[in-house]
Amino acid sequence: MDIDLITNILYATVRTGTPLILVALGEMVCEKSGVLNLGQEGMLLMGAVVGFMAAVTTGSLFVAVLLAVVAGILMSLLFGFLSITLVSNQVATGLALTIFGAGLSAFLGSNYVGVGITGIEPLSIPLLSEIPIIGKIFFQQDPLVYVSFILFGLVFWIFKSSAIGLKIRAVGENPEAANALGINVHRVRYLAVMFGGAMTGLAGGYLSLAYTPLWAEGMSSGRGWIALALVVFASWKAERIMLGAYLFGAASIMHLVMQGLGFEVAPNLLAMLPYIATIVVLVLLSSDRSKAKLNAPMSLGTPYRPQV
Amino acid sequence: MIKTLLTALMLGATFMAQADDTVKVGFVYVGPTGDAGWTYSHDEARKYVVEQLGDKVETSYVESVAEGADAERVIRNLAAKGHDLIFTTSFGYMNPTLKVAKRFPNVKFEHATGYKQSKNVGTYMARAYQARYLTGLVAGKMTKSNVIGYVASFPIPEVIRGINAFTKGVREVNPDASVKVVWVSTWYDPAKEREAAETLILQNADVLTQHTDSAAVIQTAEAKGKYAIGYHSDMSAYGSTAHLTSAVHDWRPIYLAKTKAVLNDSWTKEDLWYGIKEGVTDIAPLNDAIPADVKAMVLAKKAELKAGTIRVFDGPVKDQSGMIKVKKGASLSDGDLKGFGWYVEGVDGKLPKS
Repeated sequence: MDIDLITNILYATVRTGTPLILVALGEMVCEKSGVLNLGQEGMLLMGAVVGFMAAVTTGSLFVAVLLAVVAGILMSLLFGFLSITLVSNQVATGLALTIFGAGLSAFLGSNYVGVGITGIEPLSIPLLSEIPIIGKIFFQQDPLVYVSFILFGLVFWIFKSSAIGLKIRAVGENPEAANALGINVHRVRYLAVMFGGAMTGLAGGYLSLAYTPLWAEGMSSGRGWIALALVVFASWKAERIMLGAYLFGAASIMHLVMQGLGFEVAPNLLAMLPYIATIVVLVLLSSDRSKAKLNAPMSLGTPYRPQV
Repeated sequence: MIKTLLTALMLGATFMAQADDTVKVGFVYVGPTGDAGWTYSHDEARKYVVEQLGDKVETSYVESVAEGADAERVIRNLAAKGHDLIFTTSFGYMNPTLKVAKRFPNVKFEHATGYKQSKNVGTYMARAYQARYLTGLVAGKMTKSNVIGYVASFPIPEVIRGINAFTKGVREVNPDASVKVVWVSTWYDPAKEREAAETLILQNADVLTQHTDSAAVIQTAEAKGKYAIGYHSDMSAYGSTAHLTSAVHDWRPIYLAKTKAVLNDSWTKEDLWYGIKEGVTDIAPLNDAIPADVKAMVLAKKAELKAGTIRVFDGPVKDQSGMIKVKKGASLSDGDLKGFGWYVEGVDGKLPKS
């Protein structure tokens, strides 16, 4: 393999990993606050369809991306209202959100199938894009990929060295204690859930506006689920999410490239890897001791009822 | 048992009451009607039947029905609601269709792409490979790099048949060209289809086609200034410069004929495999980027296929190792076509085990 081919593979890897990074980072913040939102796939589709519809009707890609984010937030608010305010079961509510989002997006988008738009084009960053190899891989992407870098930095910083991060973690580990310290548990959880919704909406917009500028039902093809798996796989650490998403991206690109080069690979095996990793982590998680070791928020999935 | 009999009797009664004037037709779709591909082509045909027969026919459909336990429930439901004719339009509906058909002997069933029939279950399929061959001729003439990219889903006979027919067309007009196949292991994942197309372009392909359900490959070709050939339906909306033509299905002749047959009480179970001749498989209008002489050649070949003077896999056909598989003067039988498990000469890469 020559250097050009490797550069191109890595370039495609970054693009493939981006929607996963966005969804997974959002879900990580959400889970850190103790809320498990399994509705990612539904929110992703809603972001994609609303973004695409906005692009067609307004002609502005900026507005389209913005509305995709808003769609994600609205979906997450619905989830938040049910699971935080009404204290419903988070797993069931999340699954319902996925089904609802898939159905509603199909309904809204039915007139937009077969419509072509000019999507978000790659934009080279001056100077940075001229660095050999690295420049091509990271700095000749489309603007939303750069946004994912910035958001990664933000989430990383929040949990590394900010008071907000501490609050979110306190709420996720032990909401009673956080409440006793004067932290408004519900407010923190709502904000975390909304942040997750915004990120997933953005990822949906990335799919329908930049990655493949088209709308088709179910176009996210399970990426929401992979991102959920990724959060567990990365044991709730932003840098590992980044790494995991690119690893996953690289695996799926390699599977295509290697075929072209005449290697024999079992594509099904590669497709299975992230799920196997998740199952292993989940098995380990089932005992409390390993849960602490794996960095999982202790109250993940447990609704918080304020004591009156 | 008694319940079955009763249902059958009741249905028989409804059927007789309606037999003379109107017919109720149900459709089961595997995808959404707006998929711009497979299901879309079936729904267009349903609309056509309504247009042609007016108030003599009443149609209903259920979309996005998963192939499995749910399919049986949906089909049974349609049968129980008094449909006289039910089209089940995906391979995975085969066993559910047969199972339900047994319980509703007065309802006629038509199953697409299957191979099992029974007293009241017929099957139908399109010879899409004929259109593939014609689009291969176009690709062979339009390539400059002599590498043509093919994004494929799963290595099953139907897909392999398409690749082989396409390659046969390519090589007939351009013996130096080869077809590079990349398997994506999914019927539908726009992002993955795009990456596969990008990979093929990286490896020098300048004409692309796909056997998956989205238009992402066409879009990618358009963005990269390459050519592309669509599948299932006319995909020119996704790339007016890149889109050379598409291999398309047109189920209208079959659906109209079968509905009429039920109306006239002349329905019989058949195993239909219709192609260019019957108009069930065809190519979309040819892009003006294609030189006039190439257009004429493709249309002439289409006419010959239609007349039956040529067949796609007329010998000599060689496999990848150069061994003659079909001698001159012979051709592959329908049985051979349905069980295709090897690549013809000109396909680049090894066939993965399914």
